Amino acid sequence: MRSYLDFEKPIAELEGRIDDLRTINGDEAVNVEEEISKLESRAEKLLADTYANLSRWQKTSVARHAARPHFKEYVAGLTEDFTPLAGDRAFGEDKAILGGPARFRGRSVMIIGHEKGRDTKSRIDHNFGMARPEGYRKSVRLMEMAERFDMPVITLIDTSGAYPGKGAEERGQAEAIAASTEKCLSLGAPLVSVIVGEGGSGGAVALAAANKVLMMEHAVYSVISPEGCASILWKEAQGKGENKAPDAAEAMKISAQDLLELKVIDGIVPEPLGGAHRDPEAAIERLGDAIEAALHDLEPLSPDELRVQRRAKFLEIGRSLAV
Amino acid sequence: MNWLSDITPPGIKKMFRKRDDNSDALWAKCKSCDEMIFTKDLEASQQVCPSCGHHMTLSPTTRLNAIFDGGQWERIELPDVVTDPLKFKDVKRYTDRLKDYRRKTGEKDALVIGFGQIEGVPSVVAVQNFAFMGGSMGMMLGEGILKAAEQAIANNAPLILFTASGGARMQEGILSLMQMPRTTIAVQMVKEAGLPYIVVLTHPTTGGVTASYAMLGDVHIAEPNALIGFAGARVIEQTIREKLPEGFQRAEYLADKGMVDIVVHRHHLRETLAKILRVLTRHGKKAKPNQQGQNVTPLRVEAQKTESAQKALEAPMDKAAE
Ligand SMILES: [Zn+2]
Repeated sequence: MRSYLDFEKPIAELEGRIDDLRTINGDEAVNVEEEISKLESRAEKLLADTYANLSRWQKTSVARHAARPHFKEYVAGLTEDFTPLAGDRAFGEDKAILGGPARFRGRSVMIIGHEKGRDTKSRIDHNFGMARPEGYRKSVRLMEMAERFDMPVITLIDTSGAYPGKGAEERGQAEAIAASTEKCLSLGAPLVSVIVGEGGSGGAVALAAANKVLMMEHAVYSVISPEGCASILWKEAQGKGENKAPDAAEAMKISAQDLLELKVIDGIVPEPLGGAHRDPEAAIERLGDAIEAALHDLEPLSPDELRVQRRAKFLEIGRSLAV
Repeated sequence: MNWLSDITPPGIKKMFRKRDDNSDALWAKCKSCDEMIFTKDLEASQQVCPSCGHHMTLSPTTRLNAIFDGGQWERIELPDVVTDPLKFKDVKRYTDRLKDYRRKTGEKDALVIGFGQIEGVPSVVAVQNFAFMGGSMGMMLGEGILKAAEQAIANNAPLILFTASGGARMQEGILSLMQMPRTTIAVQMVKEAGLPYIVVLTHPTTGGVTASYAMLGDVHIAEPNALIGFAGARVIEQTIREKLPEGFQRAEYLADKGMVDIVVHRHHLRETLAKILRVLTRHGKKAKPNQQGQNVTPLRVEAQKTESAQKALEAPMDKAAE
């Protein structure tokens, strides 16, 4: 059973009618064939139109869609011989960030990313993809390891943000994020980051200060969640029970298309019609192609050239917008 | 002493109090101990309550006057950046907010950078201004920190950063977030040049600022009782559904948890900085650059070392073989 988002209701109705027609058997089935194919092309057109014109708030719900592929599916679909490594070697293991060495299309890589989990149990297990300091420190550990074995690093970003917890603060959440960002920037190996779902604030950028930063077509990447921004800047309206998160999403310009225009990201990975959750396999394959192309460009560079490219790229952000 | 203190009965003193602005009023009330303090006395004590020691907000220029020798320093101007790249509007236009804060503070943005000497050590000191949109980090602040780093390197001077910030400048969206890696690059440049980078955490330092340049110092100094953290206490309490302990996210708490080296009273800050700078700069001589130098290939350096070490090891072996 497919789950539909609010704005997909007209599509849901059409597809529901198609399903109903399909249950008809016998002589009548011949007559409904034509009707079905008519409805199908209408549904497809509606889906294409809807997804070509998603608001930024609608994109946010697509980016958070429960059926969207997550880190585990990407790793399963794109790599072989993946060994998940655990722990920061100091305090503990944080399953909000997973990672380890694997083979990706003919080369060894280190693949690291947020995992949100899928059902109640796994969501709790992965803390909804909200990492604690140990997650970021594990990332640093894995990046250092990749450097030693001369392996490119791939990071897949999907988090609403770093975990706001008491223990996380006490163990230096801010320092862990800063150190992970710092490690990304000083890494002597190719680093490709993809925002696959939600790119939430410092918890996202800590893994995404990369040579190439890509976004899935319907992913979002922002300095604060639309809800968080609304609660601060639209405090009064929010207090009266109005939902200003859609306005905040619009104002902050959080879509992949916005970020490409602002020259903050390097490219967009097209999603299958109707979003990655409609055809996860195709989405995973397209992501693989995009990562492979990015690595192809970066692999000839020396460690110092990689550092210089990364630094120049981030220093340039915003400057080219200057009037 | 002011003439008012002589002629005004104690009960009337309250009438001269202005709540949030210590500079214009004759009297100020300490938020910590409720004591009424003569503003002249507060100025003389660098906004530290003479009665309870509570550290109040210090303006960036006053801070720079207090830190540099003889109160002498040269201002390094903030670079110009594109204004309002997102054409952001909430209940108010971002450009209007900016105008208001610029008028109110007389500053271009939430950072003031000065170059001067601290007990003879030439230093670049950048001070975040909490009074300017909560010290929020936007493009101009990021460029300012990069410029401060460049000036430090050009002058072979340490960089000292006084942090005070509510976090990101939401009105600049993703471009605000990008200041986290960009300011991190500024810190890397200073460190690669072999120069000390010292962070002084002042009240309050939170959000993306804490999670970038504020936590990457060679030395982390904090002012007493300063609030320092990543997530806001209210958000944490809502998330974990429990009350936070006394002193949570305060300077002393962070020192106890190993995130801050020293908590220093404002009156001892200048001498503390001077002592550290004297040692780290070896009286002006550069410290040894760290391994990831901008133009050196660390691997190659390592390889050379290994090769010569190998020769040294092999030499006696060869002789023994003969
Ligand atoms: Zn007091």
